[in-house]
Amino acid sequence: MDSEDPFVIDGVELSSRLILGTGGAPSLQVIDDVLAVSNSAMCTVAMRRIDPATSGSVLDVLDKRGVRVLPNTAGCRTAHEAVRTAQLAREALEIDWVKLEVIADERTLLPDPIELLDAAQTLVAQGFRVLPYTNDDPVLARRLQQAGCVAVMPLGSPIGTGLGIANPHNIELIVGEAQVPVILDAGIGTASDAALAMELGCDGVLLASAVTRAQDPVRMAEAMALAVRAGRLARLAGRIPRRHHAHASSPTEGMAVL
Amino acid sequence: MNIELNGTSTSVEDGTTLAALIEQVAGSTRGSAAAVDGEVIPRSAWPTFELSPGQSVELITAVQGG
Repeated sequence: MDSEDPFVIDGVELSSRLILGTGGAPSLQVIDDVLAVSNSAMCTVAMRRIDPATSGSVLDVLDKRGVRVLPNTAGCRTAHEAVRTAQLAREALEIDWVKLEVIADERTLLPDPIELLDAAQTLVAQGFRVLPYTNDDPVLARRLQQAGCVAVMPLGSPIGTGLGIANPHNIELIVGEAQVPVILDAGIGTASDAALAMELGCDGVLLASAVTRAQDPVRMAEAMALAVRAGRLARLAGRIPRRHHAHASSPTEGMAVL
Repeated sequence: MNIELNGTSTSVEDGTTLAALIEQVAGSTRGSAAAVDGEVIPRSAWPTFELSPGQSVELITAVQGG
């Protein structure tokens, strides 16, 4: 990690700009292997009813790797449900960070902006550090920041689609006025999508399916880690402007007369 | 007495505390939390929170997700 380019959320420095979701991984061993190559410093988990028949916990893997846990409110459809789920997560994990998800329907899994903002306001008032999964809507992102969220996490495209960043212009607009870290969350399909997110100026990338459901999750995890790093470096380096016409890189003077 | 545990009617001893129930079901309290009749109960209250007959208890834990 570049010590001159720290990634900080709410005063906490994370050693990687790649945040991994653990959903969809075929086994806990795969999560362990993925963490070993990606060096991710934070992973999301979901909160569900205890199943006494289950052996082993994803928390054991994350604890062993020293990875910060970010509980989500996945599956919640109302602000009420999401707030209750966040409260459960805080008691379960004894941390006040939450990835706030309030989805509108199962078909699109798109955030419900009204419920999302309502839940964010309630949770901030209760002392939570809220990282909302949001639409790629610059106005909603602004409203979530005004509500006190410590990051905003716009989607590239709907969860699990792998369609990449459908509206790069909106992501740039969100980045352009953000006062908190912007984390591209959802829709990443392959490494170039993650690199693009960083090139657009996002501070981090959160992805799950792109790695956990890849044919070779460990190799894809390494690819994503490299892509996030490459994209960040390219952003900091400052890309050349796009031009309509060619612009020679070799000298135009001193050509031999042949 | 019977309580509703994660949607299933379950028999527990009278006077069972939430802390005891979580230990019994989950093996430890790390990563677990509880809501009783829809209200989330703070971890600090678990040792003294005695369950009453007919209460609906949701016990949750962290799983792979997101």
